[in-house]
Amino acid sequence: MLELIEQFNVLGAFWLNIRLAAVSFVLAMVVGTVVAILRLAPVSVLNWFGATYVTLLRNTPLTLIIVFANLGLWLQLGIEFVPRENNPNFILENNFWLAVLGLTVYHAAFICEAIRSGVNTIPVGQSEAARSIGLGFGQSLREVILPQAFRGGITPIGNVLIALIKNTTVAVAIGNREIAYQMRNMMEFRPDAGILIFLIVAIGFVILTLPVGLGTSWLSAKLAVKR
Amino acid sequence: MTDSRESPGTGLGAPLVVLEDVNKHFGDLHVLKDINLTVHEGEVVVVIGPSGSGKSTLCRTINRLESYESGTITIHGDELPSEGKALAKLRADVGMVFQSFNLFSHKTILENVTLGPIKVRRKKAAEAKQRAMELLQRVGVDHQAEKYPAQLSGGQQQRVAIARSLAMDPTVMLFDEPTSALDPEMINEVLDVMTSLAKSGMTMIVVTHEMGFARKAADRVVFMSDGAIVEENTPEEFFTNPQSDRAKDFLGKLLTH
Repeated sequence: MLELIEQFNVLGAFWLNIRLAAVSFVLAMVVGTVVAILRLAPVSVLNWFGATYVTLLRNTPLTLIIVFANLGLWLQLGIEFVPRENNPNFILENNFWLAVLGLTVYHAAFICEAIRSGVNTIPVGQSEAARSIGLGFGQSLREVILPQAFRGGITPIGNVLIALIKNTTVAVAIGNREIAYQMRNMMEFRPDAGILIFLIVAIGFVILTLPVGLGTSWLSAKLAVKR
Repeated sequence: MTDSRESPGTGLGAPLVVLEDVNKHFGDLHVLKDINLTVHEGEVVVVIGPSGSGKSTLCRTINRLESYESGTITIHGDELPSEGKALAKLRADVGMVFQSFNLFSHKTILENVTLGPIKVRRKKAAEAKQRAMELLQRVGVDHQAEKYPAQLSGGQQQRVAIARSLAMDPTVMLFDEPTSALDPEMINEVLDVMTSLAKSGMTMIVVTHEMGFARKAADRVVFMSDGAIVEENTPEEFFTNPQSDRAKDFLGKLLTH
């Protein structure tokens, strides 16, 4: 088993999944928070934009989004994230960022909804109290609503992160040499070890996602807003 | 009618909060019917009435936590702005104490009291903290400053909520059934704070079921029923000599228990 792992650089492949997940998660949190604010704002045009974003992105298959990033954004529109000149790794690096883009916009829709479910844990009196001491919409959001929404939304946000980690395997569709790519290689050259290969990859994902589940349970208990 | 709206007898200041012909519906329900009410500077007005009479809605309308359809509400002669920065600015000057306290659950007691002064009044943190500690001392919960709201009793939380409002130096304070969610033994500690506030000259509009407080601290009692102001008078007159049948009926039910 160790020999397989070394021969096919399984750890290196997983490292790419981890990088994809980490970068996409941070960006998805930012985008998801912005979309959530659009949906919470007291302006109906903004609500409409937020709701449309979520409906559109959440209901489109991730594979489609990521392939679109490659074929549509890059090949058709020429959007490039890294310099092309004197860069032998241009394709690989550009594909990494195209995958990050796809993963981010897709999961941001779910993060938005996770934050909104956090907002729903907050009694309406909290925002009434915020307004009645003269805080504006932005201040109420920043000082009172979002801090409590993130705490109330830790568990659903954790679920999105777990899904995101596993969904990084879709990045293989546009040539990222991550673990699904490496698994295909292994299957091709070592068909005799088929079941073992599946197990290695599956266990690898459990090792990545299990701490997230445990961590969010712990955090959500620790940071819970006592009422 | 116009005369009876003026505060009876007492030498109070200029009109501060003026409601004229205010109407509001919740769907088909007419919750505020042609409300006319003038509250003068330094006056303590207690609003009483049966459940569902619209008294809480009236209170919440004055800082526009509830909107209204027609009529005008002015504070210091300025009409209530309907939204945005102007409304936030007005709310900063109108203190509000809720039935369910509504302290910010994720902030300490001290942070609850300093948030408004720092973010809205742009005071320096040290200055806001010093003032907050004075106010917490005044309401008797300064020893709990570093705790979170859930660690305090209901009576303590409500006193913090009063301190939070006072920290904004409001021109008028609204109380929306401030003791209704409290255990009986905690009601007095809150009423004592409110009574001393009333004596200090604060303009107050208090929705409550506490008739003792109304007798002791109110300059005027306003009796509401079915969304309308039915009767208003000095506490002494109202409780001993109610004029309307609705008020007689309401007071009769209170006294038989």
